[in-house]
Amino acid sequence: MSVLIFIDLAEGHVKKASLEAISYGAAIAEQLNTTAEGVVLGSTQEDLAALGRYGVQKIHHVNNETLNHFDAQVYTKLIAAAATESNATVIIFSNNVDGKAIAPRLSVRLKAGLVAGAIALPDTSNGFSVKKNVFSGKAFATIKVNTPVKIISLNPNAYKISSTEAKAEVVKLNTPVEPGHIKITAVNKIKGEVSLSEAEIVVSGGRGLKGPENWGLVEDLAKSLHAATACSRPVADSGWRPHHEHVGQTGLAIAPNLYIAIGISGAIQHLAGVNRSKTIVVINKDPEAPFFKAADYGIVGDAFEVVPKITEAIKQLK
Amino acid sequence: MKILVCISKTPDTTAKIAFTDNNTKFAEAGVQWIINPYDEWYALVRAIELREKDPDTIVHLVTVGGPDADPIIRKALALGGEEAIRVNLQSQDSFVIATQIADVAKTDGYDLVFTGKETIDYNGSSIGGMVAELLDQPYVPLAIKFDINGITATVTREIEGGEEVCEVNLPLTVSCQKGMAEQRIPNMKGIMGARTKPLTVRQPVAAEALTTVAGFELPPAKAGVKLIPADNPAELVRLLHEEAKVI
Ligand SMILES: Cc1cc2nc3c(=O)[nH]c(=O)nc-3n(C[C@H](O)[C@H](O)[C@H](O)COP(=O)(O)OP(=O)(O)OC[C@H]3O[C@@H](n4cnc5c(N)ncnc54)[C@H](O)[C@@H]3O)c2cc1C
Ligand SMILES: Nc1ncnc2c1ncn2[C@@H]1O[C@H](COP(=O)(O)O)[C@@H](O)[C@H]1O
Repeated sequence: MSVLIFIDLAEGHVKKASLEAISYGAAIAEQLNTTAEGVVLGSTQEDLAALGRYGVQKIHHVNNETLNHFDAQVYTKLIAAAATESNATVIIFSNNVDGKAIAPRLSVRLKAGLVAGAIALPDTSNGFSVKKNVFSGKAFATIKVNTPVKIISLNPNAYKISSTEAKAEVVKLNTPVEPGHIKITAVNKIKGEVSLSEAEIVVSGGRGLKGPENWGLVEDLAKSLHAATACSRPVADSGWRPHHEHVGQTGLAIAPNLYIAIGISGAIQHLAGVNRSKTIVVINKDPEAPFFKAADYGIVGDAFEVVPKITEAIKQLK
Repeated sequence: MKILVCISKTPDTTAKIAFTDNNTKFAEAGVQWIINPYDEWYALVRAIELREKDPDTIVHLVTVGGPDADPIIRKALALGGEEAIRVNLQSQDSFVIATQIADVAKTDGYDLVFTGKETIDYNGSSIGGMVAELLDQPYVPLAIKFDINGITATVTREIEGGEEVCEVNLPLTVSCQKGMAEQRIPNMKGIMGARTKPLTVRQPVAAEALTTVAGFELPPAKAGVKLIPADNPAELVRLLHEEAKVI
């Protein structure tokens, strides 16, 4: 028996969301009195044994360059092989872009119930049930998994990374790698910016900022906090900001430690994408703006005056 | 090319979220129902655009649900699609739903299955991947662009901090999100036409649920906002640093 964690790479580096998944999987292994094992696909410059720090005891590695190009179909077969090899009864993914591609496939392949978007450790006292977000963060559901093998994909930023002093044993997984059907022709990374889905702090602007020429305000504050930038839907729809910055019910759902909303009214569809943030700060000149009801801290005032002062105060703190 | 677009019914984005029956059921009283926005705005509209470019393209819609889903599927037909299939089954288990969609896709021989990125109620993001595995075909999730040339699709998907472009041959399943297309409003002709488009009801194929919903809960209410005077932003920074400990 074991808990198997899929350790996801981006350009050969372990993603932060995967470290959360490892810590989470290790906690489940402890709960079930079994071992935590990992599976890594593709070549990496990282010291895999050092991942033992996060609680994984053994890592199955398929060191094959063709895997540096993600193909969910190919990955699914290899992870299924690792699951057999490690006799896994629980398999953990991060509910990130790759987890969303593989976990459902693996669920079908292994006939293993999937809980997508878990936010807490499973309750194993009576069967196996896991709490997840539903209704775009407006509620939680407890999902009971009825199959012998269980798959959980953990929401990014929902579980704290913990570390100890330990090393993992790294073993080669000798499953043949089949050729995939997906040919990747380009990867366009937005350079120099903090990735929105992984950011711990997000500074976001709405229509209250009047126009794209005023975004220096948002960017300066973001820079001072090493934060990612985001925006409301009308801002992206008007082309003031790129579409990938749009957060909310129909955009990206995020859960940073700190979300700072500037000139955003706080419509229910906007809140749906950000209400899982740990701390919310709202800056709006209208004291009646609905966003204040969902905020932890607020300043009623003109963003053009208030925000530069906040940026200054942060620079002084550092 | 035959495209199958998966349409699901969800509560309106402004619907009040509450539960009944000892927190085991979503409180449906007074709730307005809509087509899941990702299915409508992105999956369906992109499929319609592909047909507009190439009139040989066939667009059919599928939903897995009870008769209460009929008005929703008619609304979708008002935007486009030649016909719709409803598999008469209500389930909250993704595998059971995916099995029905895969069965339709296989029986009727669709080349391309479009789903939305996720349902805004259960937020599973799972159906597309499950359908693809059941059909043993490639799956590109979270697509923001889709074009087709012969049997080769060029798809751009979201990745952390950017996007990835890939080429992949049909048959294929794709989950769609913002970027794929622009939202459309149905016109009168579409709405009238939708009434007479064929909507076939099929009986489900057998599939066992892998999961069950044990119950729901609402998040604890926020303690209330702490307001800081506009002339003292340094106080906000202090609170974030010392009290919330987030900077
Ligand atoms: C089905 C559906 C899905 C949707 N999905 C999303 C989604 O995913 N994400 C999303 O964001 N929206 C979404 N929306 C739109 C949403 O309903 C709101 O219209 C939108 O969020 C409003 O954006 P906003 O807050 O930037 O603009 P507004 O609502 O116009 O608010 C601007 C705010 O700025 C304040 N302001 C003005 N000047 C200043 C100043 N000088 N200083 C400080 N504050 C100032 C104003 O008081 C106001 O509160 C969706 C809508 C629908 C119907
Ligand atoms: N009952 C259903 N009938 C048809 N399609 C569905 C159904 N449920 C979900 N889908 C499709 O699958 C997508 C992802 O749903 P989910 O995995 O539940 O988040 C949705 O956007 C729909 O396109």
